[in-house]
Amino acid sequence: MSQPSISKSMTIGESGLAVVFAVTAFLCVVASAKALDAPFAFHAALSAAASLAAVFVIVNRYLDRPVALPPQEINGRPNYNMGPIKFSSFMAMFWGIAGFLVGLIIASQLAWPALNFDLPWTSFGRLRPLHTSAVIFAFGGNVLIATSFYVVQKSCRARLAGDLAPWFVVVGYNFFILIAGTGYLLGVTQSKEYAEPEWYADLWLTIVWVVYLLVFLATVIKRKEPHIFVANWFYLAFIVTIAVLHLGNNPALPVSVFGSKSYVAWGGIQDAMFQWWYGHNAVGFFLTAGFLAIMYYFIPKRAERPIYSYRLSIIHFWALIFLYIWAGPHHLHYTALPDWTQTLGMTFSIMLWMPSWGGMINGLMTLSGAWDKLRTDPVLRMLVVSVAFYGMSTFEGPMMSIKVVNSLSHYTDWTIGHVHSGALGWVGFVSFGALYCLVPWAWNRKGLYSLKLVNWHFWVATLGIVLYISAMWVSGILQGLMWRAYTSLGFLEYSFIETVEAMHPFYIIRAAGGGLFLIGSLIMAYNLWMTVRVGEAEVQMPVALQPAE
Amino acid sequence: MKAILSVHNLASELVTTIWTPVFVAIFLAIIAYAFWPRNKAVFDEAAHLPLREE
Repeated sequence: MSQPSISKSMTIGESGLAVVFAVTAFLCVVASAKALDAPFAFHAALSAAASLAAVFVIVNRYLDRPVALPPQEINGRPNYNMGPIKFSSFMAMFWGIAGFLVGLIIASQLAWPALNFDLPWTSFGRLRPLHTSAVIFAFGGNVLIATSFYVVQKSCRARLAGDLAPWFVVVGYNFFILIAGTGYLLGVTQSKEYAEPEWYADLWLTIVWVVYLLVFLATVIKRKEPHIFVANWFYLAFIVTIAVLHLGNNPALPVSVFGSKSYVAWGGIQDAMFQWWYGHNAVGFFLTAGFLAIMYYFIPKRAERPIYSYRLSIIHFWALIFLYIWAGPHHLHYTALPDWTQTLGMTFSIMLWMPSWGGMINGLMTLSGAWDKLRTDPVLRMLVVSVAFYGMSTFEGPMMSIKVVNSLSHYTDWTIGHVHSGALGWVGFVSFGALYCLVPWAWNRKGLYSLKLVNWHFWVATLGIVLYISAMWVSGILQGLMWRAYTSLGFLEYSFIETVEAMHPFYIIRAAGGGLFLIGSLIMAYNLWMTVRVGEAEVQMPVALQPAE
Repeated sequence: MKAILSVHNLASELVTTIWTPVFVAIFLAIIAYAFWPRNKAVFDEAAHLPLREE
């Protein structure tokens, strides 16, 4: 019963975006030709190619699609949009493995410096930001985008807003990762930790992130569910705050619009304070708020139990928002930062114990009445252990922010150990658990290919984390104590190279731990691949069917 | 420069005098909202939200 009278035409979004990308392609060709440095020329050429590809894909998609856009509802049920979620889930797994692998390489470089190969592109200094950005922004970011697009649709009972916009977000974000990552290898960097990408990558990310916010907000606004579920609050806080942090920390003036180098708007301690206001809230709002949203949706769903205390989740949310933003100065203890600011940062970090542990208790107690599932369901076990790691690292963090403790721990491997108990244990495991849930749901499969392999992943990765963090604790405290050891005559007892020698065995143990974590992720990738390839499709129950009495 | 400094003074005045009590008041209001007996039914319902499948 098609209606031939309605002719097919491009939407404003399709035609507008195609034109914008065509113009961008032209401008990028010009920029590439006039480039002052080789990496900029490469990035401009890459952007030109990507823009042309975007025009091609948009037009092709239009030619292939039916006259009408996908409906908002089918038979009274929301017509959920799973495409961008599948893309982001795939990219998360890809970047995860890449990021863990680069982590293993740089851990091995610290143990065996010859592995730097004396080449600029493979030196520790360039690979280290590649590792941090790949695991945090590429792996973690794709997990957050995938799960947020899933959770906001399901908990609002509404199809994701926009037609091309969600695709623009997921593909655009991954293009930002590509520009940032290749830039690090070529030596393009702002030298600001976790904010290394240069001005043009920052501008592109700003556009992508604003569209992400709009897609998320528009979906919340057209919700069928009257209440805005707590996970959406956490996702929204994550998206809004990352936008503010990104804009706050990156005002920079490029030397030329045809070159990659730029200079930050302010210098000295102001820059340091802005940098660690940004840096710590990247931890607080990217690595915490966003993943707490995952906790509040995926743990109840997987355990088939309601949230232990919804009231606590509201207080948890607002206490976290009010406190986290002030904790940054603890990264600058005993520096040129005014003393009162350091103490303020420390005080707020200690206060963060309360919401952090409130949230942890809320996540763990959601298992009330379902604790037995930990024995039989390794995915749920992964999610719950991640919350336990969250509790552990949010205990350790405030403790390390105390100035006396920090005087021992700062600049040592203890910090690296702390970060990884949070990153591998909390963010890693909660992401793995979420992807193990999300992939069968998004691809409409009955379940995972193999729970046994999940079990293997869990134990191999857990062993890896334990090796990693215990090696770094010992190494870090050893290092800190050796630095501050004096002889009876008041001279430093150890030279720097002696501390490095003392840490060598722990660097090997740490690399072994990282290797196990990487093996775990390869097991996971195989399992998810087989789930999609050979997994049994979930049969949709007809709506009218009633269970037998 | 003078204008920037006076804006800065005004801002720090606001921060040190008004913001702290205002933020504390907002936070207390949020706690009251969370524990208000009449909101209990909505929150109990919301706690089950992930379990309602479409």
